[in-house]
Amino acid sequence: MNPTVQALRNKFQGAIGRAAVSCGDTIVYVKAANLSEVMVFLKEGPDQEYNYLVDITAVEYRDPERPLEMVYELFSLARRAQLRVKVELDKSEELVVDSLVPLWNGANWLEREVYDMFGVRFAGHPDLRRILMWETYAEGHPLRKDFPLRGRFSRAEQVRQALNANPEAHYSMEEISIAEAYHEIPAEMRERLARGERGKIAEPENS
Amino acid sequence: MGLDQLKRTGTESVVSSISPNWVTTRLDFLINWGRSNSLWPMPFGTACCAIEFMATAASRYDLARFGMERMSFSPRQADVLLCAGRVPFKLASVIRRIYDQMPQPKWVISMGACASTGGIFDNYAMVQGIDTVIPVDVYVPGCPPRPEGLLYGILMLQKKVRGETLADSSLRDEDELNSQGLRLPPSLVDELSEPFGNSIHQTRSG
Repeated sequence: MNPTVQALRNKFQGAIGRAAVSCGDTIVYVKAANLSEVMVFLKEGPDQEYNYLVDITAVEYRDPERPLEMVYELFSLARRAQLRVKVELDKSEELVVDSLVPLWNGANWLEREVYDMFGVRFAGHPDLRRILMWETYAEGHPLRKDFPLRGRFSRAEQVRQALNANPEAHYSMEEISIAEAYHEIPAEMRERLARGERGKIAEPENS
Repeated sequence: MGLDQLKRTGTESVVSSISPNWVTTRLDFLINWGRSNSLWPMPFGTACCAIEFMATAASRYDLARFGMERMSFSPRQADVLLCAGRVPFKLASVIRRIYDQMPQPKWVISMGACASTGGIFDNYAMVQGIDTVIPVDVYVPGCPPRPEGLLYGILMLQKKVRGETLADSSLRDEDELNSQGLRLPPSLVDELSEPFGNSIHQTRSG
């Protein structure tokens, strides 16, 4: 087992749950409330140096009793050490966990993906929007177990919404206003972005 | 009389009133011969079918033999929209816009199982056949189709083009979305998108 687990137990005691080794990888469970400080310690603490956030994902198990798990895969480039941090989120409560964007900028899109697919909210995320599905997608979070395989809407409604989406409206102000380029984009687009309009879907006229 | 009106009433009625006769059928033959032998494809390749399409365009199968010498990567200079691969809902509005940008006359080939029916991807994210989004002329089955299959589909399209006539102006009508924002009635879209084959067993979680 990775010695980091013992170091974590010494420093955070009750905040660290069970730990295991699977296929040579160390997995350690952390309480959601302590995630930020544990991650700061792992990234910057002495002898830790887990400076590379490989991936953020989530798992929902078929058993409805089991909590949803957030999975953080860390790697130390300097020490060539691996650590998988998991956080259990009770599904009966609101799914919120601290954002790691202040720590790793690369967590931005990873967390957006988890939000898109699982509906987990990240407190402190600068731009928490859908990333794979379009922003006006209203059917829910597709990788949740209670999400029907073919989506919630009828096929006709899905096609209607897809056809009425504006293919050019997938970018936020943050993404295209690379600060200095802001005044060079067409005025009409600038105005649309300033209003925050990104592809509203019109209702059918006769329903 | 505006040009538009002249086009609608004058020329068409003249052509259709005298059709078919020797002049119009010879003219049809000439125009269709030209069109069918210079179909410029606009490749819309999203998946493995596009790899097979590239193989078709490469030296061994040599799509250029059939007048598709030039891939047109601008829809405004294309005759055939060749949809190779699966189309997710997020791309539906894109392929629709590309189709709308193409000038008449235009045709569509749906290459492969995914483009034609959704294929194995009977899920929340995938268009179940691009005919729910744009009109399709030729469906090429296969997963992916071999280059021979695609060539056969292209030859079928050429045959279809040779059968067209100037007298039938409805061939050149633009396909427009109805008031509900669909090109087909919603019930027909639902019917076309119904699961079939193995995917009827995919009933997990509703």
